[in-house]
Formats: sequence, structure tokens, C-alpha cells
Amino acid sequence: MIELRNITKRFGEVLANDHVSFKVAPGTIHAIVGENGAGKSTAMRIAYGFYTADSGEILINGEVREIRTPHDAIALGIGMVHQHFMLVEPMTVAENIVLGAEPGNAAALDLKTAAAEIRKVSDEFKLAVDPHATIETLSVGQQQRVELLKALYRHAQLLILDEPTAVLTPQEVEEFFAILRRMREQGKTIIIITHKLSEVLAISDNVTVMRDGKVVGDVKTSETNAAELARLMVGRDVLLRVEKPDAKPGAPVLAVNQLSITGRDGTRRLNGVSFEIRAGEIVGIAGVEGNGQTELIEALAGLIPGSHISGTINFEGNDVTNADARRRKELGIAHVPEDRHRRGLLLDSSLAENTILGVHYRKPAVAGIGDVMLDEKGIRKRTEQVIRDFDVRPPNPMLPARALSGGNQQKLIIGREFELPPKLLLVSQPTRGVDIGAIEFIHRKIVALRDAGCAVLLVSAELEEVTALSDRLLVIHTGEIVGEVDPKTVTNEEIGLMMTGSHK
Amino acid sequence: MKLLREILFPLIAVIAAFIIGGIVVLIIGDSPIQTYKLLIGSAFSWPDGIGYTLFLATPLIFTGLAVAVAFRCGLLNIGAEGQLYIAAFAAAWVGIKFGGVSIINPGTGAVVNSPYANLPMLVLVPLCCIAAIGAGAIWGGIPGLLKAKFGSHEVINTIMLNFIAVALVSYFTQYHYKVPGDAIMQTTEIGTRAHIARLGKFIPGLPERIPLNLAFILAILACVLVYVFLWKTKWGYEIRATGQNPSAAEYGGISIRKQIILAMAISGGLAGMVGINEVLGYRYRYYDGFSADYGFVGIAVALLGRNHPVGVFLAAILFAVLLRGGIFVDAFTMKVSKDIVQVLLGILIVLVASEAMFRGPLKKFGLMKKIST
Repeated sequence: MIELRNITKRFGEVLANDHVSFKVAPGTIHAIVGENGAGKSTAMRIAYGFYTADSGEILINGEVREIRTPHDAIALGIGMVHQHFMLVEPMTVAENIVLGAEPGNAAALDLKTAAAEIRKVSDEFKLAVDPHATIETLSVGQQQRVELLKALYRHAQLLILDEPTAVLTPQEVEEFFAILRRMREQGKTIIIITHKLSEVLAISDNVTVMRDGKVVGDVKTSETNAAELARLMVGRDVLLRVEKPDAKPGAPVLAVNQLSITGRDGTRRLNGVSFEIRAGEIVGIAGVEGNGQTELIEALAGLIPGSHISGTINFEGNDVTNADARRRKELGIAHVPEDRHRRGLLLDSSLAENTILGVHYRKPAVAGIGDVMLDEKGIRKRTEQVIRDFDVRPPNPMLPARALSGGNQQKLIIGREFELPPKLLLVSQPTRGVDIGAIEFIHRKIVALRDAGCAVLLVSAELEEVTALSDRLLVIHTGEIVGEVDPKTVTNEEIGLMMTGSHK
Repeated sequence: MKLLREILFPLIAVIAAFIIGGIVVLIIGDSPIQTYKLLIGSAFSWPDGIGYTLFLATPLIFTGLAVAVAFRCGLLNIGAEGQLYIAAFAAAWVGIKFGGVSIINPGTGAVVNSPYANLPMLVLVPLCCIAAIGAGAIWGGIPGLLKAKFGSHEVINTIMLNFIAVALVSYFTQYHYKVPGDAIMQTTEIGTRAHIARLGKFIPGLPERIPLNLAFILAILACVLVYVFLWKTKWGYEIRATGQNPSAAEYGGISIRKQIILAMAISGGLAGMVGINEVLGYRYRYYDGFSADYGFVGIAVALLGRNHPVGVFLAAILFAVLLRGGIFVDAFTMKVSKDIVQVLLGILIVLVASEAMFRGPLKKFGLMKKIST
């Protein structure tokens, strides 16, 4: 169906794709796996015409084709679904699907024909969505179907899916895989970019593994296993499970009592949540994203104005409900935010300036009369320490944070917060967009912090991550804690049901 | 490398603007070389060229810094013009009321307005400066406060406050601080003890008729102070963090509201320092409508100077050179008028503002390979 031959792409100094070659057979599901920055997205963007390769060629059905823009790709029957959906929220499903390929004449938009056409396509692939619903009323899973329909509406024969399951619940993933299998039966070819090895094994026919811009493996799924794939991705043996001794919980550190949060739009985001975390234990929160986790963490970090909060937050016996973010940090509450670009970093500032964010006003970041002047020596020392302890690469304190890979940015943030040092660590999506090697590293650091007596509250969309790391696991659904489970014995199905609120 | 990147684009823009400007001159029918010789050469003659150029640069340094500081906090201060008017008037007011100046109706001999005090120079000059900076800071701080409290946009509010400022000072000039019967819209002169020295007093060969004054030294000092403040103090760090990423700043325990108000007040204070140059060093009175759009040109100066004090200083000098040279182009060329300066500045601003447009081609030529990340 599609073949990449010796595709090479360079971004400045970085060789993103180095003679990448692989073949995708028609009517198969082909997984491309690799760590962040391995070049898998770059290769796919070249195939979709977002980038043009410096050298190499793309063959479609055995013929060399020039793909310079996404338009060329669409004309050749290639569709792509991005990790972040490209949908216009206030518009209807039908309007979104026809966007850019509107039926009708120059003046009038023929939405009736469009809707009929969409129905036909959605029936064919059993992708049930109401064409007249507006996007913002749809669940994430339904929005993804719209994205698929968009590609199918344009008669795509080859679909490229970039991290399609990142936002789905386990049940939704199952449904999604069923859709993919149906599409394969109908003769479509699917390329799926992912880093979740269990999913690769569950859905794909063939796997291409990339590392450092090169293809390092091309295997049949039936002839491989997770350990082998992980080794190919990282280049060494990887611990897939987190090894940790049993927790030895100490005194309660955080006590949350009847915490409710109202969003800016007036809707309830968190409803009467109560729980406790003790020193030396990791409490995990499992849930589909957008069920109040973000608000909970932000409220605990002091980032939600008091007027939006009711209930109490107690830290080491003190009521901190009304303390601001600075005060909470001073007390020893560290926070690794879920969105490192939006919350966690000053992307254009140096690593040094980023390591003092939050402690920039006190020693060792400042010196002199009244602690007004920044102390460059002190800042440098702290930065070098974080870089050393957390293996941040490249280890240059003057580099802008933007220049680091996602994993290294995350290590920098975690290092900064660990330096506080924290008595309570609020950590949200610690390994999102982070490569396997760094994931292992970050997990070990979090466990080590726990063993040193820190209380940890962990939120993650990765079910495997929360179950592996947590000592106790709370499940959240529509702003309420719907239950506590033992992460050692619970199954994914049980958690999945609780996450969707359909248990019991 | 970083320095090179910072300088390269403005430099390319300047050169490109001159080339395009040259073509315009050619089309009009004059010699570009002759024109440019006049335009640039006349700024470097001693003492008049240099003296006047630096004098013209002084207000632009202040307003350029003003815009730059606000911009570093993520704010666009379009109100430097209003801030400097209010500030200049405040300086004049202190210079009159505390400088022992009575306003007398020349017709009747009656005292229309009498002073509060007649302070010595060592008190009066600093007091006038504080009045200028303070008035500017308040006028800049108001839109900051409005943004912090109600989220109303600073661009709209600063523009509106420009109108209010101009009208307000015109009113006070006309009805309270003008010598009755004076046909010109200006206040009476400030007390002589409020004057600051012209640099001619200290520099041999520079006549005192050239209005370049101590405010220029103050402008250099302001550049240094702004640099130290923004990059070497924790307060500057907080302002820059807020400007770069308000969400991250908030996460770092920084009050965004406080930073917005602070940055706008500092910005206004810097713009207000134009009043020191104008009132204490040049005209010794408030002259209505004195600003040659200093507040707005300051935006261009900050843009070209990449919101960095050193860049602002250099950009202000360049603008002053062109403004000064324009007069001579007008007088000594056949067809080209001084409007060529506006053409050059216009092209320059468009080029600088559309920097992104040039990144691609420059990269292609390999020029930016090492420099851009």
C-alpha cells in the first residue's frame, strides 16, 4: 500500500529521520512504535505531506509519488487522525466532516447531501454518530469517530492514527479496536503510532520499531513480545514493572475534607471529595481525563481561587485551604503539573531560570541586601545539582527549556520540585510524552521519594502507571471519588467500570 | 551566538529598509547616495549634529524602555504618549508651584496663581523628577489596575487614557497655568532652580544653545537600571515569568495581578521621564502638544530594539539620526522631502514585525543554521 524508501529529514542539527524505510501491506494494521523523538511522527508527517523529506521517496501502490502537501496525500487516499483532534467545537459533526471538501456549489453549502453521505459511511463502518450533534456535546471517543469519519468521507484507503488511544478509557479502547478491525476487514490499511506496547500486541499485524531516527526493527506482531519490543525501542533491557517494597505509611500528611470545586463557568468540577494521605505512601487517582483530577490537584497546589472552593484542606494539622501557592510551596507541597508546557516551564528561559521557578525569591536563588538580587552562583549550583541528580540532557544550564526533549523537560520539573524538598508531592501525568527510559527513571525517583517519607498524590491517565505505582488507588468519576481499590489485586476491567461510573 | 541572533534580524531589516528606501529615492528622481549622505552624515557633525541627535534620542529611549518593560510582562503599553503628557505637566506644575513662580496678569497686574513654596534646587529638581515619574506611573498604573481587577484590555484602556491625558493637561494649561493673554498654549515658565543643566556646560565645544541636557545621562542610567531590574532582581524575574507564561508564573507562586500593575506603573514612570527632558532640560515650561508622537514611536523603538535596553538605546539613536537627517534632506535635495524618513521607518517596522517571514529563506541559505534552535 505504502512504502517509505530511505526517507531522510534533518531539522537543523537534529537528524529526525535517517534513511527510514519500511513497507505497509494493504489491508493490515501496522504499528509504528518508538520513544518520543525517535522520528515516528516525523516519518508519518512526511507521508501526509506536512513536511517534505530531504531525500528518499514514497511509493503508493508500487509507484513513486510526490507528496508535498496534505492535499496531495488526501488525493492519494491517505488520511490522518492527529493526537489532538482538529475539530471546530461549536460546529456540527456534518459541518466538521465536510470542512475543506464541502459539497454544493460555490455559494451554497449542501449539508443534506453531506449528511446522507456521512450516514452511508458511518453505517458501512458501524461508526455511529449523529451528524447533527455539535462537537462540544460529544464524548472524546465520539469525537475520535468523527475524525475517522472525516478521513473516510474523503475516501481514505490508508489511515494514519497518531497516538489514538491516549484519551480513551479501557472500554473505549476496546470499542475503538473493534472499529479498526472492521475497517481492516473492509480493506482499509491502518498505520497506528503508539508507545503502548500492550496495544501494539493486541491490534497490529506488523510492527516497525524506530529509535534515534532509524528503523531498528520490522517484525510480525505474532512473532514478538513486549520485552523484545521494549528492548528494541530503548536499546537495552527495560524494567516494565515498577519494583517497589511495600509502603510503610506514617502520620497523616494531607487530609482533604468535603472538597468541592466550581469551575469558572459555574459547573461543579469536584463534589464533596474526602481522603487522606500518609507520609510514605503513594495514593493514586484513576479516572478518565476531565473528571475533576486537574481541578483537585490545582486546588491542592493553591492555584484555584478560594471563592471557587468549599470544604477544607489540611496539611500536617494546619488548615491551608486559604493559603496561596507560594505559602504551600514553603510548607513543603511540591507540584508536578499535568501540562508541563502550560504550567510547568518558561520555555524560552534557561534551565537555570526554570529551576528556580517558585523558589526564585528566597535563598539560594537570591542574595544581597533584602534578598533582592538574583544570585547567579547559587542558581547555577542548584541547577547543576538538578541536572546531575535527574540526568537532564543536554546538561547545559544556559540552554532554553524549549531545546529539551519532553522527557528531559519533565525530569527538570521533577528535579526542581524534589529539591524543595517536599513533604507532599502532587504529581500529575508524570510520564506523559516521556520515553520509556525516562519513565523508568521517573518511577524509581517517585518511589524513592516515598521511601524517604514523602506523601505522594499521583494522577495519571495511564492505568498501568497508577496501578503499578500506587499503594492505594482511588477512582474518580464526574468529580466524585467512587471507590478505593487495592492496586495489587484489582483488574483493569473493574477499574474501567468504575471510571465510567457503571459499576454496581 | 544568542547575541548574534538578537542583532542579526534588526540589522538585516535596517539594511533592507535602506535598500528599498534607496529605490524609492531613485524613482522620485534623486541620487540615493546623495540623499543618504545628507540623511546620515548630518547627524554626525560636531557639535550640532551629534548634540541634536542625542537630544532627539532622549525621549525615544525613555518611551522605548517603557514599552519594552510592559512587553516583557506580556503587556502592550500604547499609552506612553498620555503618560508622558501627564508627567510633563506634573513636572511643570511642581516647577511652578514649588519654584516660587507667581502667574501675573500682564494687563491688570493681578496675581492669578501664586506658588506654595520656593524650594532650593537640590530639593526642587528631585521633586520635579519624582512628580514626572510618579504621574507617569499612576497614569500607566491605572490601566494595569483595571486589567488586574477586571480583566479589561490594557490596549484599549491606554489608548483611551491618552485622550483623557491630552485633554486634561490642555485644560489646566489653558485655564490655570497660562500667562493670561499668551497666544501660545503653554504654561508660564518654571522656576529657574528647577532647570537641569545642559550638557554644553560640561562638555567643551558643545554650546549650551543645544538642548541636549542631563536627561540624556538619566536615559543611559535608565537603560542600565532597567537591565539590572529585569534580569538581575527577583522582581524582574517575576515580571518576565509573567510575560512569558502567566500560567507557569502563577504556578510558581507569583501574583500575576501584582506583576501587571507593577509593570504598567514602571512603564508609565519611564515614559514620564520624557517630561524631565522636555520641561526641566529644554523648554522650562509645559508646552501643549510638545510630543512628536514619542509614545508611539517608542513602540517601534522597542520593537526594533527587541525589548532589550541595549537594543532600545541603539534603536532610539538610529531613529534620532533619521529624524535629524530628514531636515537636511528636505533642505538640500531637489525632489525628495523629509517624508523619506517616514518611508524608511515604515519599511523598517514592517520588516522587523514580519521577522518570521525571513526565517525560512535565511535558513535555506544556511545563514541561520547554527543560530536558530
